Amino acid sequence: MMNDMTKIKHHLTEPLLMGYAAGTLPEAFNLVVATHISMCDDCRAALAGYEAVGGEVMMDTAPVDVAEDALAATLALIDSGKFADQPAPRRTKDSVFPGPLQDYVSGDIDSLKWRKVGGGVSQLVLKTSKDASVRLLRIPAGTAVPDHGHRGTELTLVLQGAFTDEEDRFGAGDVEVANEDLHHTPVAEEGMDCICLAATDAPLRFNGLVPRIAQRFIGI
Amino acid sequence: MLTETTTLRKADALPVPSTYDGAKAHLKRAAETSKVNTEQTTKRMAWVVQVYAVRDNQDRAAFAELFGYFAPRVKSFLMKSGASPDLAEECTQEVMATLWNKAHMFDPTKASVSTWIFTIARNRKIDILRKQRRPEPEDLPWGPEAEPDQADAIGLQQETEQLGQALATLPEEQRKLIERAYFGELTHSQIAAETGLPLGTIKSRIRLALDRLRHAMK
Repeated sequence: MMNDMTKIKHHLTEPLLMGYAAGTLPEAFNLVVATHISMCDDCRAALAGYEAVGGEVMMDTAPVDVAEDALAATLALIDSGKFADQPAPRRTKDSVFPGPLQDYVSGDIDSLKWRKVGGGVSQLVLKTSKDASVRLLRIPAGTAVPDHGHRGTELTLVLQGAFTDEEDRFGAGDVEVANEDLHHTPVAEEGMDCICLAATDAPLRFNGLVPRIAQRFIGI
Repeated sequence: MLTETTTLRKADALPVPSTYDGAKAHLKRAAETSKVNTEQTTKRMAWVVQVYAVRDNQDRAAFAELFGYFAPRVKSFLMKSGASPDLAEECTQEVMATLWNKAHMFDPTKASVSTWIFTIARNRKIDILRKQRRPEPEDLPWGPEAEPDQADAIGLQQETEQLGQALATLPEEQRKLIERAYFGELTHSQIAAETGLPLGTIKSRIRLALDRLRHAMK
């Protein structure tokens, strides 16, 4: 992974970074953002910038009186030892899945319960809040994902291998941010299976009758 | 109060309680190196010292200072984000308790105290208000030099201060849009790609700090 870090060419957009910093993105998008940042120091630094903006926005709000006993109650809460925040994730060595993603899957690539979605492509839908959805895609080397358009925003983060579409080549760590204007046919590069983490806040639209019927059954 | 009486020219006259002894050097250094926004930067370094006092000595007086300043702002932020006053009060106390518990995680070369407390409040907002799981980036393990560099820490405090001032001087309409994004009134597709905020300097500084950390980890 360390070597990939210098090669990342396609980054998160500023609105996504700001949305993550603000804590207002759907959970599925947060997962893609947190996973990309685990692989990309440029975006980690950019996120820190947007978090600094959030801090200044907070500082600028008109202070609201807290309860009279708020400090005492907080100290009692601390003394009770009952309150602890979640620890930040760490990556299991040698996994293709960065830490935040490991919290959502049980196992590594070959032990997951992939479901075939046609054309040799498999997927695994991850459980998140319903305002958006996120899945792992496994595209065999040299295979194309059916041509599709988008109603909302689609984020596709490459975890392993690479794909090429009408826009560019996307290798490990790269993220493609697609909106309604983009119709694309991603093709996995030869060499190794391409594993992607893909999130969308609206159903994908496949062009062509057969994929459209398939779409009903596979739920993407 | 430490935060209110601190001025640069009189660094040696600071009313520093005995528990802050170990941290005096930080403030002195801040006074010597700061060239811009000196008063505000000193105030930010005073918060850093207070977090250190909580971390090193479980200092309740230092915690009370931080609480007095930040809790009303955290509560305000949470209410603007849609929390009822009661829920915001409860969350605010949990945010400040988290500050105590995580004081050892605070790194002034990567965040100002205001930024750090904001991220804790943001996280609590997702946990309680949005009731969603909260994926976070992998933590970067520390290299051999665990104690952050003071000049870097001061530099970051200055840049955060400049960012705050830039925000304050943005045209009203633009500033309101940014505030609405942080209060959750805009979706990501409604957020403008160009904010008008000078984020380049702070990004580069943090990027360099990450490079050094990666280098030390090798």
